[in-house]
Amino acid sequence: MMLIDLANPTRFLSLTARILPWLAAATAIMLLIGLYQSAAAPDDYQQGATVKIMFIHVPNAWLSMFVWGVMSVAALGTLVWRHPLADVAAKTAAPIGAAFTFLALVTGSLWGRPMWGTYWEWDARLTSMLILFLMYLGLIALWRAVEDPSRAARAAAVLTLVGAINLPIIKFSVDWWNTLHQPASVFRMGGPTLDRAFLIPLLVMALAFSLLFVTLHLAAMRNEILRRRVRALQMMQATRQQAA
Amino acid sequence: MTALAALIRRDIRIALRVGGGALIGVLFFLTVVVLMPFAIGPDLALLTRLGPAILWLGALLASLLTLDRMFAADHEDGSLDLIVMSRTPLEFTCAAKALAHWLAAGVPLIIATPVLGLLLNLDVAATLTVALTLLVGTPALTFTGMIGAALAVTLHRGGLLLAVLVLPLSIPILIFGVAASEAAISGPLAFGTPFSILCALTLVSFVIGPFAAAASLRQGLD
Repeated sequence: MMLIDLANPTRFLSLTARILPWLAAATAIMLLIGLYQSAAAPDDYQQGATVKIMFIHVPNAWLSMFVWGVMSVAALGTLVWRHPLADVAAKTAAPIGAAFTFLALVTGSLWGRPMWGTYWEWDARLTSMLILFLMYLGLIALWRAVEDPSRAARAAAVLTLVGAINLPIIKFSVDWWNTLHQPASVFRMGGPTLDRAFLIPLLVMALAFSLLFVTLHLAAMRNEILRRRVRALQMMQATRQQAA
Repeated sequence: MTALAALIRRDIRIALRVGGGALIGVLFFLTVVVLMPFAIGPDLALLTRLGPAILWLGALLASLLTLDRMFAADHEDGSLDLIVMSRTPLEFTCAAKALAHWLAAGVPLIIATPVLGLLLNLDVAATLTVALTLLVGTPALTFTGMIGAALAVTLHRGGLLLAVLVLPLSIPILIFGVAASEAAISGPLAFGTPFSILCALTLVSFVIGPFAAAASLRQGLD
């Protein structure tokens, strides 16, 4: 079983050292293709060139939710299987997920300015995205509040799973709240059917951003493992000095 | 069963005695509601319109304030370790502790609501509706807040971290609590729809809260 093989941090480090350059190269190539295709995509007949913000915005929004899913799997790994790398994966995914959520919010608000005439609208999607961002920040605050990583890992795992159950409930309530307060929705996103000229660049960009996430996540996990080793060595040195 | 009943009795007794601090929540609730007119202005019509929202926000903050102590005091004197080790399933114990906490800290808030409704120029029917939604909704606040309290005690951190973790989880309860109150007072919507969803949220929190709190206590205490 591959996941069990990876439980050894040294084996994980040597494997990722071989994989990471290829992943980074694939990410760069996909991003280049995606950006070229996005630039070459035709302007929307209503939105003009601003529609191209979508190619950045939508992959970010997708990944912001996907990363919480990754963290939930890692949380199960921490609580159920006690996989030694699960808490490293969960810890390093949180800031990346928060960054994706933040970028989705920022690009969305930059897109909203020319389209709806306002940077911020208490729309259901925007609001639930903002709450997701707050929950990411809360989780990072939890990780940073505790010195002992394994203690923080178990607490963060419980919170991640509770969040995974609660996020759909929050999304549903915010939808309900919004339709109550705004009977006539101010805007509708582009329409449910997306033209092929937009769909293909969007899918390429989504793939590129997913690769970007995997690359960043693996690199961050390596850093975290090394950071913990440095910390362990420093503590060992401190106890040795104390004994001497 | 007797163990759980004894635990509930003990918790309520401790909360109501000197140093328990359950009634400080009511005082905080009163103070927050009294502060609102200073920020908004003494416009009675506006206060009537915002009344349910102010009462719900006040109750939310007041219940958050007292959550801190739910497990912390037991952790300090060591009884939490005994509770975790006892043969009663920890999920039931957590549920009993949350129930006791709600009886000691949540029910006084609901009893205070009619007086505060008077200050906010709400009529009798509106006040009773808000009190009813609080009666159904505050258990959900306690049971979801319990997760945060359990995390906080295993991390030896409380206060602001607890608030940051718990507040996003209580958004649905706030939405449907205020929606049900407003629907009964003025809204075009039927009172039943948001109220039944509020009941559903409370029932869901009865399931999720004890399990998550018990899991974090079991994993975190050592």
